[in-house]
Amino acid sequence: MVLLQVIVGGLLLGAIYALFSAGLTLIWGMMNFINFAHGEFVMLGMYVALVVVTSMGGGPTIFSFFAAGLLATLGIAIYFALIRHVIRGPMMAQILSTFGLALLLRYTAFYAFSANIVSLPQNTFGIYNIGGILMPGAQLLSGIVAIVLTIALHLLLTRTFVGSRLLAVAEDRNAAMLMGIRPDRMQALAWGLAAASAGVAGSLMAMSYPWSPSVGETFGLTAFVVVTLGGFGSVPGALYAGLIIGLLQALSAYWLGPIYKDIVVYALFAALLWLRPQGLMGKA
Amino acid sequence: MSRFPSWVAALAASASLAISPQAFAAGTVKIGVLFPLTGNAAAAGQASKAAVEVAAEIINGKHPEMSNIPLAAEEGLPGLGGAKLELVFVDHQGNPSVAQQQALRLVSQDKVNVLFGAYQSSCSLTATAVGERYGIPFMVGDSAALNITGRGFKWVYRVTPIASDYAATYMRFFADMKKQGKTINSIAIVNENTDYGTSVADAVEGEAKKSGISVALRVPYSANATDVGPQVLQLKEKNPDAVIFISYTSDSILYMKTMRNLDYLPPMVIGDDSGFSDPSFIPAVFDVAQGAMNRSAWDIGKPGSTTAKINEMYKAKTGRDLDDTSARNMQAMLALGEALNRAGSTDPEKIREALSKTDLKPAQLMMGYNGVKFDQTGQNILAATYLIQLKDKAYKLVWPDSAAEAKLEWPMKGWK
Repeated sequence: MVLLQVIVGGLLLGAIYALFSAGLTLIWGMMNFINFAHGEFVMLGMYVALVVVTSMGGGPTIFSFFAAGLLATLGIAIYFALIRHVIRGPMMAQILSTFGLALLLRYTAFYAFSANIVSLPQNTFGIYNIGGILMPGAQLLSGIVAIVLTIALHLLLTRTFVGSRLLAVAEDRNAAMLMGIRPDRMQALAWGLAAASAGVAGSLMAMSYPWSPSVGETFGLTAFVVVTLGGFGSVPGALYAGLIIGLLQALSAYWLGPIYKDIVVYALFAALLWLRPQGLMGKA
Repeated sequence: MSRFPSWVAALAASASLAISPQAFAAGTVKIGVLFPLTGNAAAAGQASKAAVEVAAEIINGKHPEMSNIPLAAEEGLPGLGGAKLELVFVDHQGNPSVAQQQALRLVSQDKVNVLFGAYQSSCSLTATAVGERYGIPFMVGDSAALNITGRGFKWVYRVTPIASDYAATYMRFFADMKKQGKTINSIAIVNENTDYGTSVADAVEGEAKKSGISVALRVPYSANATDVGPQVLQLKEKNPDAVIFISYTSDSILYMKTMRNLDYLPPMVIGDDSGFSDPSFIPAVFDVAQGAMNRSAWDIGKPGSTTAKINEMYKAKTGRDLDDTSARNMQAMLALGEALNRAGSTDPEKIREALSKTDLKPAQLMMGYNGVKFDQTGQNILAATYLIQLKDKAYKLVWPDSAAEAKLEWPMKGWK
């Protein structure tokens, strides 16, 4: 029973990993662009939730919409102001630009929100006891929403006209242009979607975790691992990888102790990449 | 070869020595202060920064209303011709190697006379090594790991109680509780796994063995964890009579919330200061952690008392009451100021000598220590601490009985 509880907790956390990693895989996989500021988008999503709750008294429905809207706007703005220019530059410029962006966002958050660790008020959703397994409402809700949104993102990419255009730009920018697709718009949209999914994930996590402006570091790293494990550019890959990593972390923390969990996760991660360098769902 | 005979140089040197006291008239003593001003422990670092700034204000300004604190009534350091303390802050982000680099920068570029810091024990360990190498006195404000002093270092001083003091305090408390008929057969120790958590946890484990209390479970973890569910379930399975957390801020909040979510309430939770004293802790978890205990040598005291006045100064600056961690740093800065005044010089060796001869009485302190007196390793042998308990939105002093201001509640109520 305790083991089942550990597994449920790991999967719920993994679902959130999946959601914020899905945004990264969109950018990394489709534009071949490494966004080091992705963890910072998650962090900003958490602060959006805090501001909405404290100043407007809004609940998760309101703050996740706010997080999605604001972060999408920010993502698009960043694309036009920064990414569009550096993407033509050398690889190093691309890497350093988003690294700089990450620091800019982090220290702006330090300035705006101070370094204090904050959290949302506890227990707005109660705790459900399902057959002896305790599920905090907030985590249950965020886990389910995260899975639904990740699947929705996948469907958007594979089943809609906009999705095809996005993929076309990712496949071959020049050919897409010749087909009458404006790559700038599509890539800006990709940035908007990526930032929005990170923002929503962050706002949902805010219900369960205390945080401060430096939290983006931790989540950014997790996102990279999830995306690599899942396969670049594969949203379902990110979903599976997120769940697997959440589960592995929980089980190894329970059986071996928390200081070993990252060793286990990264060792298995390295082993898997050795066997399958393209990741679980990536194309070789 | 020099154009001047050596005696001219010697004369010039002695002349400059002779006039140096005047140079102090409007002079300053530079103190390099290392804290984590960004990063995971930034809130605690910022709070401590404000606290040592208040300490410097008390020494630099005229505060006859708190005249039992040495140097409060006079302006500056009379022993150095009224020189003022000048604090130079650097941010080590909670990273030991950055702490080392920053300490080096303070010594070589800013030419500080004394070093001070550095919150995380792991950072104090590396930073004090720099002070030792360059012969600059280092005052450790609040880091509790045993081996910061006692490494044979000549230049390290520490006012705060340390890991072994805390461990012994917890055992005395448990013995007291047993006398009152409470069951304490086993405890669990949950510690963050850097120098601070490991050192205190080792000390607690050792003392528990001596007192015949079994340690049912020890959980070392990394303080930037985002999920502690599996650990809470481990604790729930072992069901110890008390759980001691040696934790930093976000992790201690996460543990309290997760315990609520997984419906695990031990008879007692004891936090080893740090995270439990962080200004963010109470607002985040007061509704689920009622009755959680913590250690503190700081007590605001009655209105009108010196401690209450100090708290007012701090509150005016930060909008918050002074917490124990920041207060221990403030006390260390005040003790340092007192020694600097007696040194009457910025010569490192003179400062070291004065520090070694420090002998402050309880009445001269803002903290509940039995005094400040350093042993050969630089550790204050008169340091002590109280135990406090979370009641509603504030900690109340509950142990020892002689100092208690509220009644201890055992078992804790948590969220019930």
